[in-house]
Amino acid sequence: MTNSGNFSRRGVLKGGLAGILATGVSPLIFTRGAYAQEFCNAPTGDTVTIGFNMPLTGAYADEGADEQRAYELAVEHLNGGGDGGLIPFFSSKTLKGNGILGKKVVGVTGDDQTKADAARDSARRMIERDGAVMITGGSSSAVAIAVQGLCQEKGVIFMAALTHSNDTTGKDKKRYGFRHFFNAYQSGIALGPVLGDAYGKDRVAYHLTADYTWGWTQEESMKNATEALGWKTLAPVRTPVGAGDFSQYLTPVLNSGADVLILNHYGFDMVNSLTQAVQFGMKDKQANGKQFEIVVPLVSDLMAKGAGDAMKGIYGTSNWDWQLPDDASKAFTKSFGAKFGQPPSQAAHTSYVQALLYADACERAGTFYPPEVIKSLEGFEFDGMGNGPTSYRATDHQCFKEVYVVKGKEAPANPFDLLEVVATASKESVTYDPAIFGGELGPDTAVAC
Amino acid sequence: MALFQLSRRDALILALFALVVVTMPVWTAPFGANYPGLMQKFAIYAIFAIGFNILFGLTGYLSFGHAAFLGVGSYTAVWSFKLLTMDALPALLLAVVISGLFALVIGFLSLRRSGIYFSILTLAFAQMSYNLAYSVLTPITNGETSLQLTLQDPRLIDLAFTTRGAGLPTASLFGVTLSGLSGFYFCAVVLLIAFFFAQKVFASPFGMMLRGIKSNQMRMSYTGFNTRPYALTAFVISGMYAGLAGALLAVTDPLAGAERMQWTASGEVVLMTILGGVGTLIGPVMGAWLIKYFENIFSSFNEGILSRFFDFIPAPLHDTVVAIASKFVGEGWQLTLGLLFVLVVVFLPGGIMEGVRRIGALFRRGNPPKAGAMRVQPAE
Repeated sequence: MTNSGNFSRRGVLKGGLAGILATGVSPLIFTRGAYAQEFCNAPTGDTVTIGFNMPLTGAYADEGADEQRAYELAVEHLNGGGDGGLIPFFSSKTLKGNGILGKKVVGVTGDDQTKADAARDSARRMIERDGAVMITGGSSSAVAIAVQGLCQEKGVIFMAALTHSNDTTGKDKKRYGFRHFFNAYQSGIALGPVLGDAYGKDRVAYHLTADYTWGWTQEESMKNATEALGWKTLAPVRTPVGAGDFSQYLTPVLNSGADVLILNHYGFDMVNSLTQAVQFGMKDKQANGKQFEIVVPLVSDLMAKGAGDAMKGIYGTSNWDWQLPDDASKAFTKSFGAKFGQPPSQAAHTSYVQALLYADACERAGTFYPPEVIKSLEGFEFDGMGNGPTSYRATDHQCFKEVYVVKGKEAPANPFDLLEVVATASKESVTYDPAIFGGELGPDTAVAC
Repeated sequence: MALFQLSRRDALILALFALVVVTMPVWTAPFGANYPGLMQKFAIYAIFAIGFNILFGLTGYLSFGHAAFLGVGSYTAVWSFKLLTMDALPALLLAVVISGLFALVIGFLSLRRSGIYFSILTLAFAQMSYNLAYSVLTPITNGETSLQLTLQDPRLIDLAFTTRGAGLPTASLFGVTLSGLSGFYFCAVVLLIAFFFAQKVFASPFGMMLRGIKSNQMRMSYTGFNTRPYALTAFVISGMYAGLAGALLAVTDPLAGAERMQWTASGEVVLMTILGGVGTLIGPVMGAWLIKYFENIFSSFNEGILSRFFDFIPAPLHDTVVAIASKFVGEGWQLTLGLLFVLVVVFLPGGIMEGVRRIGALFRRGNPPKAGAMRVQPAE
């Protein structure tokens, strides 16, 4: 027997113990360098994959299509193509047009169908199969909240695009979720005074509300804002998303004693409900001795285009508008217009900005390791993205910036000239205490997948 | 143990089926489908389709509202996670019981009619459940926003033994977390059990009785059988299968949305069953896999991928081909599915299984089976 003596029980135990100790200690030795093994979908080759998850079908499909265009543009600009769009104007100068951290950006897309279930499926496919290190997109708060929950679980950063519910960065906020878009509470603060000036202090409002988290919180925020003016609110009516025909909900409005109709609808729903309300003659009616008015608290160019003449003279709020006079907005509109032949919508803008913000955060962190990227996004102050000085609040991952009150133009100069900015709410005025919405961010621990 | 005995042929089929299911991560790799999310769906929707087939395939009663039970199963499971424990077994058990009770009520009412009237009744009940979940019972279902776990859930049983962790918990089985591949294997084991149970039903005198209902309910009545309890039992069993599938959906991804109960979801399982082969054991499983594959893979194709795929075609033609093909992928994947469905129904009325049988017959040089031998006969 040759070396059986070396295999003594003691020797094996010693060796094993040393091995166990070594494996336990090694992560401590290589902490910084060993990130690559420790988090979900760490980019290994010379490319980095980002998942674009947006509605290509369903009630918000128009917004989804515009988001897709914006992401295409963002990928092009991040990889050094085109005119660079917003990159030269962005106050943080880390983006060089060589991808992210020197890795070329590759996008994978998925259709979230404007449904929470389908959106999670599609996000899971991009995380589990395509190896996406970040997920962005979405056009419904239900989708954003669902995908944000999944991303928290998987340890993948989610840069929400179009989501306006207070819950996204309120009661359902997540450490891995970030929102550049504004929210219903801010819409209420911005829109309230304008409505007071335009329609007076003595009004009765009737709410038609999309029946999910966004509609609920917007209804609540608008109710608070208008009741602070002295308005009364009738019992709200909830409508299903994608209802198509709203006549059954609109018929009771005129006899309800209300003189303002507030439509908490978005996308095709808003286009349909507004058009039908106008067909019912609501814009020309008198109620309580006053002119009957319609308000759409959240509007976009795409919806204004869909609603056509019905949109004229109607107030709402926007996160951004392509007609804003600053250089960055102009440059982005030019870059987008040159590629797609139409101006970008607010959905396109926020998607594009979110993609750039993620790229920049990775550059500043010097790694794709999510906890570090999260740290560099939290409390980040920047400018030059079209909304003036903006900050990402660390406590709830909500961006604070100017909010624009817009009105449907009475005499559009061209087919895209649909909304005009009539008032701007300053960043300070729309800042609120994060505690009012509760919620918990949760941990930032990286997850291996 | 007679209870666990199968005929030799059935045992062979079960063994082969188990082999196919267990090796799924290997043979799906060339199709780009070997990621846990999709394989879990393969297993879960196979259970759903097998259960649906017990009702439709054996009794001929075409239910257009089976998604309601799927939804009930999901909601029950998520509530079990929220209130009791993250362990999967109580969730599955509760989901099967509750969806079974739900099926008992709906079945009791719907089975008073047969044929098209039965289909319409089940559709009506399912849409009713959908609307309840969507806008009436929002405190229980959270409506369009979908029911999710939160950091503040009571989870009474779990928290009696451990303290609350920092993040959202994931479903587990005796402490083993069920996400990714472990989640798939859990679903796969449940699928095999469900498949075995379906085989027992098919081979049992009870299954024979159900086939009797399908071929001629009047004759069954004249021979002295009261068919209603048998049909109701089949309905409840298939409702429980759907509930089980719904619960597994929640186990692999703890979220339940109302759209799971929509009529399109009910229609989907009918498509799966017909596409695969009504009344066969394997058929519905294949139909489910095909449809889920199409839904997940074709819908993710975009013009960039197509353009690379058709690279070999010369430039002027290339763009046209890509433009035409792009209508059939991405958001247009249902167009492809529709075409496939039409082709199968026209040329292979017995579904994929008939195709398999015909090919098999060619090799055996026997007489090919008569087309339409497996044709669906609605209950009269």
